[in-house]
Amino acid sequence: MTKILAGTWVEVEKIILTPEERAPTLPEETKKVPYVLNVSGVLLEDAEVGSPARIRTMIGRELDGILKTVNPSYTHSFGTVVPELLDIGLGEDV
Amino acid sequence: MNNRDMSYEAVMSRKNEIMKASLGIDFDDFIHSPITFDYERMMGETGYTHDDIARIQHETKVGNTPLFELHNLTRAVRRISPPGKGARIFLKDEAANASGSFKARRASISAYEAAAKGYRGMIAATSGNYGAAVASQAVQRGLKAIVIQEVFDSRGVGQPEIIEKGRKCEAYGAEVLKLSVGPELFYLLLRTLEETHYFNASLYTPFGIRGVESLGLEIAQQVREECGQDPDVVVITHAGGGNLTGTARGLLAAGCDDTRIVACSVDLSGLHMASDRDFNRKSFTTGHTGFGVPFATWPDRVDVPRNAARSLRYMDEYQLVTQGEVFYVTELLTKIEGIERGPAGNTSLTAAITLARQMDQDQVVVVQETEYTGAGKHHNSQLSFARENGIEVRRGDPEESVPGQSIVIPERLEQVRGKVQDMERLRNSYLKNAANHHPVDQWDEIDISFLAADLKANEDWIRQRISTLGA
Ligand SMILES: Cc1ncc(COP(=O)(O)O)c(C=O)c1O
Repeated sequence: MTKILAGTWVEVEKIILTPEERAPTLPEETKKVPYVLNVSGVLLEDAEVGSPARIRTMIGRELDGILKTVNPSYTHSFGTVVPELLDIGLGEDV
Repeated sequence: MNNRDMSYEAVMSRKNEIMKASLGIDFDDFIHSPITFDYERMMGETGYTHDDIARIQHETKVGNTPLFELHNLTRAVRRISPPGKGARIFLKDEAANASGSFKARRASISAYEAAAKGYRGMIAATSGNYGAAVASQAVQRGLKAIVIQEVFDSRGVGQPEIIEKGRKCEAYGAEVLKLSVGPELFYLLLRTLEETHYFNASLYTPFGIRGVESLGLEIAQQVREECGQDPDVVVITHAGGGNLTGTARGLLAAGCDDTRIVACSVDLSGLHMASDRDFNRKSFTTGHTGFGVPFATWPDRVDVPRNAARSLRYMDEYQLVTQGEVFYVTELLTKIEGIERGPAGNTSLTAAITLARQMDQDQVVVVQETEYTGAGKHHNSQLSFARENGIEVRRGDPEESVPGQSIVIPERLEQVRGKVQDMERLRNSYLKNAANHHPVDQWDEIDISFLAADLKANEDWIRQRISTLGA
């Protein structure tokens, strides 16, 4: 596995509550999965994806987790065109 | 760091102590019984006048947003209305606030208060827009911000609008704690407050709600200037109830005693808010019944001991609209009014169409907010995501839609009808919840007068209901 260098922008993952530790009243499908946190920051020491890592967040707090993503990015978009919208507001029929 | 017990039960049991330290408000001071507290005194003791609030908000790019008349939409509504009907529709362009929504008003006074009291940062647990508002206000006051947000299901998938809201928080330099589905957000909030000693910028504090009052005050003033009268109806997108509460309080402070306050939510009945499966089967992330109904019928379910957002205190009517109707109206606003705006404001705009059709042409209906739009936070993003996740999307009669299974976009404006909720049922449901928190046979005169005020009902009605609640 390749080492990710300290100073890289990464995302770590952490299990906050295991299924057994979760809140008492939850729907079945929620109760059976862990309660998971993802948070981004600068990697403080070299680490491998999937191994423990420590980060400094945007506000300077240091947090631990499992290194999950290198250069976590936003790629959300306007999506694939939805043709059903196209003719709304055109012509007479508004 | 410390060796306190961090288990779910242990942290939850330290709730009151953590709240006191992180807000500087001692709620015990206002509490009379498990259901009753001195609401007006709590709001008053924030210590800010309306002028203070306007000045503080002006410093951080909040408030004084434009009010626009939607001429083309009003004309379109008149074409489908009975003769003489079709009220003038106005829109308060709250997207013009720093961070792109009315939530900036709500965060502004908390940020000012936190800085004045010497806190180094502030924390909020939120579905998104409020997080961006907290981050944007914090940075202007020299504070750090942590936003705790429910983002993804157990597959790691989040819907585009939620992802965008998280991005915006990070854009303003906040630390965003992104979580899987579940109500344990509150647990992590308490833990993080305890770790950081930051200010609890809860959505439901008196500071938050007082900050929204300026929205109602501005509407009163702008409508009077523009139309020479008070607004007949103000329509308000409703989730946790702060938007409605703050706006209505501002309108009342301005003397708009006869203005009808109409709540509106997107109907998501049948979908469970804590469900890992349902999480991505809804196409709205706020302003829907999943929040709107439970918060109206029991406000004190929040992250502070007593909630300053109490919608039934001010609500005259509650309209429901379908997802498809809001998407139709969003597209219509873009195409005929020449502005693109985000989902929350377009929810109340959808109800305004139904209301305007029943009102006289010389009457005025105000849609009290817009919010920003962009990649992710856009009806095309949400619809295309829904389709990819197996939701049927089609044109037709919106009445045929089933939340979580289908979205039916109207074919014509006439099919935008909405639906009215039964206010009596909501009030009864609140009373049932109150009875669960405090047995009816222990209700005293102060409780009854509080309940009457909290439900915009009279005391005799409350007394009548008591018999059916079973002491
Ligand atoms: C832009 C916008 N409008 C309306 C609402 C609904 O407000 P409230 O939760 O105070 O009822 C929200 C909140 O979630 C929002 O972000």
